[in-house]
Amino acid sequence: MMAWHHATAGERRLLPEARLGGPMPWVIAIMLFLTVLAAAAGLGLRQAATHLRSGLADQITIQIVEGDHVERERQATAAMHELDRLAGIGKHRRVDSSELEALLAPWLGDSFTRGEIPIPAMIDVTLAPGGADRIDAIGEALKSVAPAVRISSHAQWLKPIEALIGTLLWLALALVLLMAAATAFTVVLAARAALDTHRETIDVMHLLGATDGQIARLFQRRIATDAMIGGLIGFSGAVVVVLILSQRIESVGSELFGAISLTTAAWIGLLALPLAGTILAMATARLTILGTLERIL
Amino acid sequence: MGGIVQFENVGLRYGTGAETLSDVSFDLAMGSFTFLTGPSGAGKTSLLRLLYLAQRPSRGLIRLFGEDIVTLPRARMPAYRRRIGVVFQDFRLIPYLSAYDNVALPLRVAGVEERDLDTPVREMLDWVGLTGRSNARPATLSGGEQQRVAIARAVIARPEILVADEPTGNVDPEMAKRLLYLFEALNKLGTTVVVATHDVHLLAGVPAAMQMRLERGRVTNPVESGRYPSSGPHGLAT
Repeated sequence: MMAWHHATAGERRLLPEARLGGPMPWVIAIMLFLTVLAAAAGLGLRQAATHLRSGLADQITIQIVEGDHVERERQATAAMHELDRLAGIGKHRRVDSSELEALLAPWLGDSFTRGEIPIPAMIDVTLAPGGADRIDAIGEALKSVAPAVRISSHAQWLKPIEALIGTLLWLALALVLLMAAATAFTVVLAARAALDTHRETIDVMHLLGATDGQIARLFQRRIATDAMIGGLIGFSGAVVVVLILSQRIESVGSELFGAISLTTAAWIGLLALPLAGTILAMATARLTILGTLERIL
Repeated sequence: MGGIVQFENVGLRYGTGAETLSDVSFDLAMGSFTFLTGPSGAGKTSLLRLLYLAQRPSRGLIRLFGEDIVTLPRARMPAYRRRIGVVFQDFRLIPYLSAYDNVALPLRVAGVEERDLDTPVREMLDWVGLTGRSNARPATLSGGEQQRVAIARAVIARPEILVADEPTGNVDPEMAKRLLYLFEALNKLGTTVVVATHDVHLLAGVPAAMQMRLERGRVTNPVESGRYPSSGPHGLAT
């Protein structure tokens, strides 16, 4: 007995070849194009979320907001000493004045005189594993030696961005599933239309002793071929778009946008989509055709 | 033991209309040759459709090859259909296939390997006088040529039962004789032949054949196994 997806050379001749003649390959191409774009967006955003979490979530910035320069320096030094002994601290370093000036230059200009404007002292801290749970305790401890301390957790301002990325991820997943469903419905319609078109052939084959499986194989093979051709066209188009977008994102130079990238695993996942589309089309076609043939004696 | 075909009180009704066939009972012996006659609308084609498993009866019992086919599960139908060759009244050739591929169809359906197809298909085309037309599509063939392709397709798989609905309707008398000779030759090889026809000349061509007449959906002269000679080409199944 032949495999359910395989047709002999003779069986292949039993249906006229009209590949790319009908709309189905092009509909599948459009579906796959949109599916790959949605999936690429989802995978890229997931990569960005991972990058942001690993790069920023364990960072806190400590500011000493004190107008008096001498007191500010005293509290900063005390805070540095306190950080040396506190649990949950990985690394910490004082942001030097030239870095602060460089940060402020876009707003205050290059020529502002240091000392004219009181600038908070800043300490960058990388938390040790588990340190994120101790931020409140760290804050309490620092306030006891440096009352002007303010702690800003990067994870705190990252939360809304993470929430947005999470929402976009779900949206991308929903789009992929909707496209898969739309592809399946398209195949159902195409399979039914093909059965109607070849009704006479099917009747004759039935009366000559063809089984439902033999007849289904003829149609599912053709639909799978159409789906594969359409899928590859759609995939190719989407890859071109993704590559162009990647270049554009890189040229923006933003850390947030720059984190949106596709890993090798993500590319392999995208490459699997035309194959998955073909399998989905073939399985849908088989089930539709067998269901329809069941109603014929 | 009964014949290869047994009908008992068979009735057939399409939808809610009157019965097309009523109380049809007969018994055909294996290797018999039967002409089914009757006026147009008598139910000959309907009876043949029951015989080649295109239809289930509304009532009654039909046994083919000793199996009750009225209750036969649908999945087992193909195996029985492969044992029956059919010449349809309207030929029912597949329009986009060549004469060769139309004739090869039953063998392909039966899973015969491509390398084993060529010889029997070419022999069969030669037998019906279409050697030079093997690549022609049905639309380019005359009515008689299409009918010969249909006959070649019906017999190529050496069916145990051959059912033909007006098989000589579109051929000249000479070709009709040849086709009848073909049916007789198959019958001599053991095939049970049932031919529905209006053609009285055809009836005379096979004197030993039985005749079953249908009128208004009823058999007016039931054929029984016992009426066949006990031996010879038209012998009774025992």
